[in-house]
Amino acid sequence: MKQIKVLGTGCATCKQLEKLVRQAVEETGTEATIEKVEDIQDIIAYNVMSTPALVIDEEVRSAGRVPSIEELRQLIAS
Amino acid sequence: MTPNSSNSNSSHSRLDMLLLPASAVAAICWIALYSNLDQVAHLFVSLAGVPRDSGAGESLHFLIYEIPKVLLLLTAVVFVMGVVHTFISPERTRALLARRSQGTGNALAALLGMVTPFCSCSAVPLFIGFLQAGVPLGVTFSFLIAAPMVDGVALFMLLGMFGWQVALTYVLLGFLIALASGMIIERLGMEHHLEEWVQNLQKNTPTNQGAGSASSPSWNERIREGLASVASIVGKVWLFIVIGVGAGALIHGYVPEEFMASIMGEEAWWSVPAAVLLGVPMYTNIVGILPVAEALIGKGAAIGTVMAFMMSVIALSAPEMIILRKVLKPRLIAVFSGIVATGIILVGFIFNLIL
Repeated sequence: MKQIKVLGTGCATCKQLEKLVRQAVEETGTEATIEKVEDIQDIIAYNVMSTPALVIDEEVRSAGRVPSIEELRQLIAS
Repeated sequence: MTPNSSNSNSSHSRLDMLLLPASAVAAICWIALYSNLDQVAHLFVSLAGVPRDSGAGESLHFLIYEIPKVLLLLTAVVFVMGVVHTFISPERTRALLARRSQGTGNALAALLGMVTPFCSCSAVPLFIGFLQAGVPLGVTFSFLIAAPMVDGVALFMLLGMFGWQVALTYVLLGFLIALASGMIIERLGMEHHLEEWVQNLQKNTPTNQGAGSASSPSWNERIREGLASVASIVGKVWLFIVIGVGAGALIHGYVPEEFMASIMGEEAWWSVPAAVLLGVPMYTNIVGILPVAEALIGKGAAIGTVMAFMMSVIALSAPEMIILRKVLKPRLIAVFSGIVATGIILVGFIFNLIL
């Protein structure tokens, strides 16, 4: 069971990332929980400076951009 | 013009090989198109059977000429900046700025602010990330002011539309505002006007400094990043451009010559502060505001007044203040916006004096 978090204060790109993550999880058939983290203090705790960021199992995998769906599939499946 | 950034995975490796030559071909097409825009617009206006010297003819020509021109410029600039951004991450910038002294630190921050990828929605995490790593408050502010105001896209658009004198003056003055504002805020010693939880964060430096990309990307990846930023930015602002050019076209065709001179001209000194005030509640992209600016200047508005309006729209936006309120106490927000507003008004006057 993977634990996926999307960090972002609620801007358009953050919502886009969340949507793509859900799609990638579904497509790869991964068992995962997806959580949206919007509180600034919680985001800071991951030491991330540019949003949106993607955290998989408490590890920051991308920050400041929206990876392509293909890259997301790889990140989530690996 | 819009790239197929869908990245279909079947033909991925073949696509990779063609990426560099394809970019070169695209660049050549771009130049051919861009240098012939005036003739094309002229042709269309005469085909439509509208006399060029009528109000409708002027509006139509402006519309047909300006929309592709702005879109072409924007596509090229956003692509180049997208590639440039793959060389500079906020993390790297922060590392360069940590524990810099006053003055040089502020100057470096303002310079880096122009080239570091920045979106106002990450202003707060970035702000805290900087402070946490030991970047002084004033230096952080220099960065935060320079980043939206003097970004590469704005610079190249100004260059394309108003020439190098205006672009250079804009950048220099924007740089000076960021530098001076940061130094003043530092001098005022306003650390205790940060929200308490931010002050506490400042005391304990984080354990791991490096989040984000570890390995440096290949040229193909850089080009793909450039294409991705074209897709996302141009996709986001094209409507602003069409609206902006539409407004510009109306001004161009129907507002009488020298009409703007009386209310936005050089004689009306009060128009500079008025333009700054007017810009605060407005929040649009610099690209949307440029065609309007161009048309206003064509009708006798003073360039300094128009520049002050533009800077105010970009650097002093109400939505950004609301985001910053999460980390700054009201007094620091007031000081910040006061200093920046004063700087912009000065810029307006200076522009009116020298250009």
